[in-house]
Amino acid sequence: MGEVLEIFLSASFWAAVIRIASPLIFATMGELICERAGVLNLGIEGIMVVGAFAGWMTVYSGGGLWTGVLVAMLAGMLFGLLHGTLTVPFGLSQHVVGLGITLLATASAYFAYRLALPRVTTPPRIEAFQPLPIPILSDIPLIGPALFHQTPLTYLAFVLVGVVSFVLFRTPLGLALRAAGENPAAVAAQGLSVTALRMGAVMVGSGLMAVGGAFLTMSAFNSFFFEMVNGRGWICIALVVFGAWMPGKALLGAVLFGMFDALQIRLQQTSIGADVPYQIFLMMPFVLSILALVIMSRRASVPAALMVPFNKGER
Amino acid sequence: MRLEAIARPSLGRLIGFPAIALGLTVLFGSSLALLAGANPFQTLGLILRGAAGSQFALLETLNRATPLIFTGLAVAVAFRAKLWNIGAEAQLYAGALMAVLLGTGALGWPSGLLLPAMAGAAMLAGALVLLGPALLKTRLGVDEVVTTLLFNFIMLLFISMLLEGPLKDPMGMGWPQSSRLVPEARLPRIVDGLRLHWGFALALIAAVVVWVIQSRTTLGYEMRAVGQNRQAAEFAGIPVGRVILKTALLSGGLAALAGFSEVAGLRGNLSLDLSPGFGYTGIIVAMLALLNPIGVVISAIFVAGVFVGADSMSRAAGVPTYIANIMLATALLTMVLAIALTRFRVRWD
Repeated sequence: MGEVLEIFLSASFWAAVIRIASPLIFATMGELICERAGVLNLGIEGIMVVGAFAGWMTVYSGGGLWTGVLVAMLAGMLFGLLHGTLTVPFGLSQHVVGLGITLLATASAYFAYRLALPRVTTPPRIEAFQPLPIPILSDIPLIGPALFHQTPLTYLAFVLVGVVSFVLFRTPLGLALRAAGENPAAVAAQGLSVTALRMGAVMVGSGLMAVGGAFLTMSAFNSFFFEMVNGRGWICIALVVFGAWMPGKALLGAVLFGMFDALQIRLQQTSIGADVPYQIFLMMPFVLSILALVIMSRRASVPAALMVPFNKGER
Repeated sequence: MRLEAIARPSLGRLIGFPAIALGLTVLFGSSLALLAGANPFQTLGLILRGAAGSQFALLETLNRATPLIFTGLAVAVAFRAKLWNIGAEAQLYAGALMAVLLGTGALGWPSGLLLPAMAGAAMLAGALVLLGPALLKTRLGVDEVVTTLLFNFIMLLFISMLLEGPLKDPMGMGWPQSSRLVPEARLPRIVDGLRLHWGFALALIAAVVVWVIQSRTTLGYEMRAVGQNRQAAEFAGIPVGRVILKTALLSGGLAALAGFSEVAGLRGNLSLDLSPGFGYTGIIVAMLALLNPIGVVISAIFVAGVFVGADSMSRAAGVPTYIANIMLATALLTMVLAIALTRFRVRWD
C-alpha cells in the first residue's frame, strides 16, 4: 500500500491526471452540447481522429499551433455539418449515421495520412504546445504543478466547461438549445427553428470533439499514429451519462477518469504490476466506464427528446 | 424544410435514389483515386479485377465474406428489434476463443462430434457476452450502444492477456498466438484444392435459418413488433424484455460463429489480428442489406469484394487501401439517405 500512497503524493501524478483528462473534457463538452439539443453524436470517435490528424498535419506542414487547433475545429465542424444534415432535417437513425461518420472520418484521416507520408514507419514529431506555468500559482505544492503547470490547451479546456455551463443555463440561446432537446414542439411554437438549433449544436459540438482529438497530437503525444484515439470517444459518451448531462459533473467525471488512468499506468510499474498482467490495468478505464453507467442509470435524467427526430407539422 | 410521407412510392423513386447513392459513392471513390495521383478508371478496374477477376480472386472474396455474413446477420437481427449491438467484434472473439479452447487437443473427439461442439460452445459464449449489456438495458436502462462498444476493448485486452499467458503457443517463437487446432477441429474445404471452407456454407445456412426465424416464427414477429414500436408491442402483451434478451442471445451467437469459422476454417489458430474489424463492418453489411438476412449474404459479398479488390489495387496502383473504408462509409451514408428519400418527399415551406 505504501507504493500506492507514494503515487498519490507525487506532483507528477496529479499533473498526469489533468493532462489525461484534458482531451476528454473537450470531447465530452462537445457530446454534451449535441445531446442537450437532442442529437446523439456517435461520430465522436472518428471526429477525434480527424481533429488529431488535421491539427498535427497543419503544424507538420509549417502552420502555427493555434492555426492547427482552428483547422482541427473546422474539420470537425465539417463532419458535424454532415452528421447534422443527415440526422436533423432528414431525421435518419442517429446510431447508423454516427457510426457511419466515425468510419468515414477515421478512414479519411488514415487515407490522408498515408497520402501525405506514404513510406513513414516512425511517425514524425512536431514542436507541440509547451507547458505555460502560471506565476505564483504554479508554485503551490501538489496543486500547482497539477493545475497551473499545463499547456494552454488544458487551461482552455477548463475555461470551456465554464463557458458551456454559462451558455446552457444562463442565456436565452442555452434555454432554446436545452428546450430543443426536451420539447422541440414547444421551441417551434415559439417561432424558433429546431433544425437550426440542433444543426448548430452538432456542428459546434463536433468542432470541440475535434479539438479534443487535436490535444492528443498537439499537447500529449506530439505525433500522429493509427489507433491513437483508442476508444476515448466512446468513453466520453459514457462520461456525458455519468455527468447526468451537466457540464460541471461531466468535468468531475473526466478528472476522476484521468485519475484512474494515471493510477493504472503507475501501478504497472509497482510490485502489484509485476504480479498482474498489464492488460488488466488497460481494461480498467473501460470497465470503470461501464460501472459508471450502471451506477448512474437510476439517477440519469436523459434529455426527453434525445434521438427523437423533429419534423415540423407532424404531431 | 419538412418531410412528407409518401403512401405509395413510384418505381422510379424506389430504384432511382439508391442508384444515385451508388453513383455518388463511385464518383467519390474516383475523385479520391484522382487525389492520390492515380487514374480513377484504372483504379476502379483494378478493384473490380482484384475482387472478381479470377477464380482465385473470387474465392478470396467469398472467404472474406464469410465472417461478414455472420456479423452482418448478428447486426441485422439485433437492429431489427432496435437492440443496438455494436459489440459483434467482442462476440466474434468469444467464439474464436471457445473454438481454440475445445479444438487444440482438449477433446479427443472425431470431427463429426468436435466441430458441432466447438460451434455450439462458440455460440453460447457469444450469446453470453451480449447477454450482459442486454440485461443492463432491460433491467437498468443502461444504453447498450456504449456498453457493447466498450466491451469490444475489454474483450480484445482479455484475449491479449490469454495469448500472452495460459493460451500462448509454446512453439510460437514468442508470438502472442494460440497453439494450432488439431486436424479433427478444422473445417474442411468445400471442394478439394479450392481455397473455400465449409464456413461459407455454414454462413449461407445461417442466413436461411435467420430468414425463417424472422418471417415464419412467433419470435420473429415479436422481434419486429418490438423494433417497430416498443410501447405498442408492450400494450399488445408481448414480453418486450424477454424478446430483447432472446434477440441478444441469437445475435451474439451469430457473431461468435464468425470467430469459430475464421479459426476453424481459415487460420487454424487464434491471434489478435484475427478480425480486422469484422464486427464493425457487419453494421455496414446489415444496413446495406436493409436488415434482410438474405440481403446480408449479397451485401457481405459486395463489401468483401471492395476490401479484397482495394487490397490488390493498392499494391498495383499505390492508392492507400483505406479508400475501401471511405467508399463503404460513403455507400452506407448515401444509402440510408436514399432509402429515406424513397419513403419521404422533401417540402420546402
